[in-house]
Amino acid sequence: MSNADTSWFPVVAILVGAVVTYAWRALGTSLSGRLRADSPIMAWSGCVAHALLAALIARMIVLPVGPLETTPMAARLAGVAVGVAVFFGLGRNILIAVIAGAATMAGGVWLVA
Amino acid sequence: MTASPSEPTAPTGGPADGYGSRGAALRAGLRLAVGAPAVVLAASYIGFGALVRSVDWSLPLGLMSSAVAFALPGQIVVVEMTHTGASLLLIAAAVALTNFRLMPMTLVLMGRIRDPEAPRWWPYAVAHLIAVTSWLVALQRIPDMPVRERTPFVFGFGLAIWSTTLTATGVGYALHEAVPPLVSLGLVFLTPLYFLLMMVADLRQRARLYAVIAGALVGPPLHLLTPDWGLVLSGLTAGTVAFSLDRRAAARDSARAASSGETLGDV
Repeated sequence: MSNADTSWFPVVAILVGAVVTYAWRALGTSLSGRLRADSPIMAWSGCVAHALLAALIARMIVLPVGPLETTPMAARLAGVAVGVAVFFGLGRNILIAVIAGAATMAGGVWLVA
Repeated sequence: MTASPSEPTAPTGGPADGYGSRGAALRAGLRLAVGAPAVVLAASYIGFGALVRSVDWSLPLGLMSSAVAFALPGQIVVVEMTHTGASLLLIAAAVALTNFRLMPMTLVLMGRIRDPEAPRWWPYAVAHLIAVTSWLVALQRIPDMPVRERTPFVFGFGLAIWSTTLTATGVGYALHEAVPPLVSLGLVFLTPLYFLLMMVADLRQRARLYAVIAGALVGPPLHLLTPDWGLVLSGLTAGTVAFSLDRRAAARDSARAASSGETLGDV
């Protein structure tokens, strides 16, 4: 928690993150035409990126930090279930699905409170 | 920011002769973005703005993040890891692993849009505006355009999307304050939900399916075990397991298809 208390830390963290992110874009630009995009190392990196993102999302839903910490797990899981059901039920409309899922979660919190 | 129903989002009927000039191609890119892509992206960045507010960051921090990073998964990693007290080195590693996908994406797109007449720095400026949305749309649209109009089109599209994310970050930040607590909880919940749906929407590739399942399974327990390293470790272990399982399955498939005993390297 100490990092969040120092005012300069978020600025540096954002800048470091941005430099790392742009470095990938620049590397891709400079390598274009010279490296194949379907090599095994690219496939492995894709797996790692997806696994990391899935791990983060799972953690944000199951073990949230911040205001969602106070919400019941059942409300969050219900929000996910409704979001997924609406997404596939209504022709993969992501906008309607996220709104339905978030509303379900908030509704669940209201019911319990 | 508002949806324009007159703009088609399906890759139907691109201009066979291009837009006529680089400037016209740039404007066409701008116009195309102000429609369905911008609305969906705006919803996800409104969630990000609310998330930024919920961890008590200032609005300039949120705007700076969207402006200089312009890749939402990495931006969320920075917010969450700063909040849980991780070190700069681990944050950099997690962002690098999360955003690596931008490298092959840029590589593929740049190979197709590079204009030999343009100055050498120009593609590097366009590169900052390449994100999932602009990449998908660009790949659909550029085959119909002359080479000289391709980078201006991608730049125009990216610029509109980039401005949208900045606006939406501010809107989400303000909304988190202005709406009842229940609604702002819903806004913060938009972020994980949006990415979860983006991931389940695109699981046709077996390797990706394995990676998402494995990552979701090991993510929470590894976070409890080691809050600092949990995310990076989850990505590396689950990603590597998924990669090997996929290789094995691919080898089995092709062995079955060939059924001639041809040996493939078992990776």
